[in-house]
Amino acid sequence: MTQKTLLSLRNLGKQFSGKTVLDSLDLDIADGEFITLLGPSGCGKTTLLRLLAGFEIPDSGTIELNGADITALPPEQRPLNTVFQHYALFPHMTVFDNVAYGLKMEKRPKDEIHQRVEEALAMVQLGEFARRKPHQLSGGQQQRVAIARAVVKRPKLLLLDEPLSALDYKLRRTMQIELKRLQRELGITFVFVTHDQEEALSMSDRVVVLQSGKVQQKGTPREIYERPANLFTARFVGETNLFPGVLEQVDEQRITVNVSGYRRTMRRPGFPVSEGEGVHVLLRPEDIRVLEPDADHGFAGKVVERNYKGSTLDSVIHLEDGTEVLASEFFDEDDPAFDYRLGEPVRVSWVEGWEWLLPLENGGVPEDQAANA
Amino acid sequence: MTRWLPRAYLALVYLALYIPIAVLVVFSFNDGRTGYRWGGFTWRWYEALFTNDAMMQALWNSLWLAVSAATLSTLIGALTALALHRYRFRGKKALKGMLFVVMMSPEIVLAISLLSLFLLVGVQLGYFSLLLAHVTFCLPFVVITVMARLSGFDESLPEAARDLGASDFTMTRTVLLPVIMPALLAGWLLGFTLSLDDVVVSTFVSGPGYEILPLRIYSMVRVGLKPEVNALGSLLLVFSLLMLVLSQWILMRSKR
Repeated sequence: MTQKTLLSLRNLGKQFSGKTVLDSLDLDIADGEFITLLGPSGCGKTTLLRLLAGFEIPDSGTIELNGADITALPPEQRPLNTVFQHYALFPHMTVFDNVAYGLKMEKRPKDEIHQRVEEALAMVQLGEFARRKPHQLSGGQQQRVAIARAVVKRPKLLLLDEPLSALDYKLRRTMQIELKRLQRELGITFVFVTHDQEEALSMSDRVVVLQSGKVQQKGTPREIYERPANLFTARFVGETNLFPGVLEQVDEQRITVNVSGYRRTMRRPGFPVSEGEGVHVLLRPEDIRVLEPDADHGFAGKVVERNYKGSTLDSVIHLEDGTEVLASEFFDEDDPAFDYRLGEPVRVSWVEGWEWLLPLENGGVPEDQAANA
Repeated sequence: MTRWLPRAYLALVYLALYIPIAVLVVFSFNDGRTGYRWGGFTWRWYEALFTNDAMMQALWNSLWLAVSAATLSTLIGALTALALHRYRFRGKKALKGMLFVVMMSPEIVLAISLLSLFLLVGVQLGYFSLLLAHVTFCLPFVVITVMARLSGFDESLPEAARDLGASDFTMTRTVLLPVIMPALLAGWLLGFTLSLDDVVVSTFVSGPGYEILPLRIYSMVRVGLKPEVNALGSLLLVFSLLMLVLSQWILMRSKR
């Protein structure tokens, strides 16, 4: 996905009554990509979106769209449109008039407006609802009207502010697929804001993880999940087990890490390492293997919780040193009845090579909670 | 026993509320010589009312005053409410508080202060002084009605309009005004009613050249209750009921 840059943010900063919400942020968004701004509430993602839409003016930095500086342009002059979190449909207008609003502002001829509105409504499968008022529609239908209203103007860029957060789980899944389909069909660049990491991973070409007004990591969903850049991303995206390790032997290619007395040799990580240093060993629940209590390796512990999840069996294992480990195992064809008793003694290990190492952080990157997995 | 007691109590309350009104309407059709004995049905008092030129003039004066005062205070009040809602500025709290002061202060205080102001500045007492006074006491009610509607207003609506290409002015015309229209109508009706039946302030600031209905009735009642007044009261009752139905109908329609 090496296309030309559509939107380019440089050194973007914003403060609200002395509190820094965005901190000299740089970001390039490629033409046609589906990019997600992911972060907890208060991380600055919504502010960033409002800066792009023109509802706020940044304190510093520039926003360039196709090479033109739009930093100070009012929202009505920006060739991009927004889908709002609570849809923001005009309650006194019909569905048709809602969708037609943007075209009327462009003073398009009546016939063209009529045709384009009908096309847009057909695209979101609401053709026969044109004469209804918004409050006569369900939440999912209102959401689709909001999307039709935003895309009917054929914007270069569509901003979506947690557009699915007000929908129930099943509808959200359907709309996720629908949005992806729309994005492919229209070829419009989507900037999607969410705090739902599952949504971010499944929908995006690229994810930007934000925290405290700073970009923590940008990359494909796979990179974000499998190779998190820091502890914040590791913890925020997906479930994580963190083990403290000590580097015992460092070679050209490989290193040996001592995790609570259990030694493993692994690939040398990308960051500088030296013998005797501490390191975080990061393991996703699906990397964990639960072994018989008499296995010759792994940490001893006992099962304290088990959750049947349909396709996986998720369990929590309490290790002897007090650490809790999350494990997620797929059901095995050979043993469909496989299950744990609570309190059952087990040993915990992980698939070799599936671990991910992170350096110890000493205040460099903000941590939202004390390191403890 | 325990079932009919609450109902009886409720009935009593409603009787106390509605008996005087019912008596007024019934006696407006009473042909009896003496005021409070039934003497057969008649339209006489209504005829007397419509042929009473001074009374009809006072009625038109009152209606015209109420319409102009309500309209003017709705215009000023709506703009005030919008400013209070949209902008942050120094002294905003004080300004809000001062509206409440006008609303809460005894009418007699407002009446005296308005009269002394008019005398001081040299405003001739008549339609204009009445209009200024009525706009003054209607204003806070309009502002509060409109602000209540604005507080429930989805802030992303104006943003959506701007996002779709509307200038600030177009957004106000096509989105903001239609959405707060029911509140504007409600505020107007409130102002209209307040103006129509005001006695205290009007007594002080009206002049000989412009007589309004409440004062006319008041002076009639002082020399003895005429059945004509009952007829007038009944007409006003029907009129205000119509206004009530109208305003409810508008509100219902706007919700749909």
